[in-house]
Amino acid sequence: MPKANVTFEDIGVTVTVPAGTRLIEISEKVGAGITYGCREGECATCMMRIVSGMENMSERSVLEDKVLQENMAGRSNRLACQAQVLGGEVVVRPG
Amino acid sequence: MNPPDSAVEVAPGVHWVGALDPGLREFDVILKTANGTSYNAYCVRGSAGVAVIDTVKVSHADDFFRRLEQVARYDEIQVIVLNHLEPDHSGALPELMRRAPQARLYISEQAQMMLKGLIKSEELAYTPVTTGDSVSLGDRTLRFLHTPYLHWPDTQCTYLEEDAILFSCDVFGCHYCDPRLFNDRVGDFRFSFEYYYAHIMRPFREHVLAALDLIEPLALNLIAPAHGPILRDAPRAYVQRYRQLAAPLLHNEAAGRAKTLLVFYISSYGNTERMAQAVRDGAEEVEGVRVSLYDLQGSEVAPFVDLVEEADGLVFGSPTINGDAVKPVWDLLSSLAAVKVKEKLGGAFGSYGWSGEAVAMVEDRLRGLKLRVPVKGVRVKLIPTAAELSRCQAFGRDLALHLTGQVTHKIISMEELNAREQAHA
Repeated sequence: MPKANVTFEDIGVTVTVPAGTRLIEISEKVGAGITYGCREGECATCMMRIVSGMENMSERSVLEDKVLQENMAGRSNRLACQAQVLGGEVVVRPG
Repeated sequence: MNPPDSAVEVAPGVHWVGALDPGLREFDVILKTANGTSYNAYCVRGSAGVAVIDTVKVSHADDFFRRLEQVARYDEIQVIVLNHLEPDHSGALPELMRRAPQARLYISEQAQMMLKGLIKSEELAYTPVTTGDSVSLGDRTLRFLHTPYLHWPDTQCTYLEEDAILFSCDVFGCHYCDPRLFNDRVGDFRFSFEYYYAHIMRPFREHVLAALDLIEPLALNLIAPAHGPILRDAPRAYVQRYRQLAAPLLHNEAAGRAKTLLVFYISSYGNTERMAQAVRDGAEEVEGVRVSLYDLQGSEVAPFVDLVEEADGLVFGSPTINGDAVKPVWDLLSSLAAVKVKEKLGGAFGSYGWSGEAVAMVEDRLRGLKLRVPVKGVRVKLIPTAAELSRCQAFGRDLALHLTGQVTHKIISMEELNAREQAHA
């Protein structure tokens, strides 16, 4: 199965994960400083920042895009509960 | 004294058209208001039209419109500026836009989504502006200064160039209602000014400093804030006071040479206390870290908040009682909104008798406050053994290594993560 490396900058840990893993599945287990609310893409509590490797992330769904816009997100922000890692290297941090 | 319902001239062609709310005793849940407050709105007349800067809380809209009608006709209004969209300033905006449909609304770029949230209409016409943008009223010019987070992301100030008047929104404001309006005529409002800063602006210290960099070079004849007295006597003194208030309350003399780690604990039988001492001992092994240990039972919360403001890392030791961390820990954790703690290092530990939920609860709270929590906390059932105290020591050491950037980057697989989680379950 194709793999991806996700680095959580705030805690200094890189996790090797199967391609297609949602960020929340990793961030929760590794203890990264991301907080969670509805876990369904509606509340934006888990908004985090992709420091690099956005090209290795899934496209924003219509729902994620709408919620990010409503919460004044920048281009580098994603919702941990929605965004999937597709491969390669991705570096993330809270916020 | 001005007649109670009249607009008040602030400068030639510039009028206060706000509203007074002397009976208010609590604002936005978080602020006491012994003297009530005022919602200051202003009307500026130029040769090519009239501008209205901010409105008032909807409950006071009638006062605002009555005063506005004394100095301008609705069809003269070309410009409406909302420096900040919180309802105490935007409450009368929908009705003002209905009465002056030809007027163009100017808001900050960050205010756009908030405007839609407040007005609930997709058809609003407005112009987003930022620092450097201006709008002409003919012989007068309004220039915008982007001052985000003072105290909402959307906050801006508007500067009337030809008259050197700064419409500063909540910046330099306070909740102090006095119909005499001007700072050289009202009662002593210093405590309200300081109190307002401490609760509204202090968490955004870095943004205050950035805003002062924009404001200090301006000529200032008068500062017209959105709450409290209009500052026409020595306006620059209030700018200087903000510069002083934006300095940390407790100067950290170790900042240049060491990272500071604060270990707060509370202990009913001395077990969490022994863990705290071990955490301190471990952290002290690392060069370049200044560790301090504090028993939460021995102080009020406020001095600790001042300490936290300047610290690099915070660790909390709490026993678990009835499935929860204990109140003095929550009291401090719920008071940290007054200072910036984002991206500081955090951690938790504690002894417990039955279930030991406190550590994870405190860790969640720290993450909620946007601290980094890189090292999993230590839980010990009742009396810590020598081996458990060594774990506490290692925990302190790891935290100190993270603080000083000496941690080796870890690489782990998802399978290991899953296995680790099952082992902890």
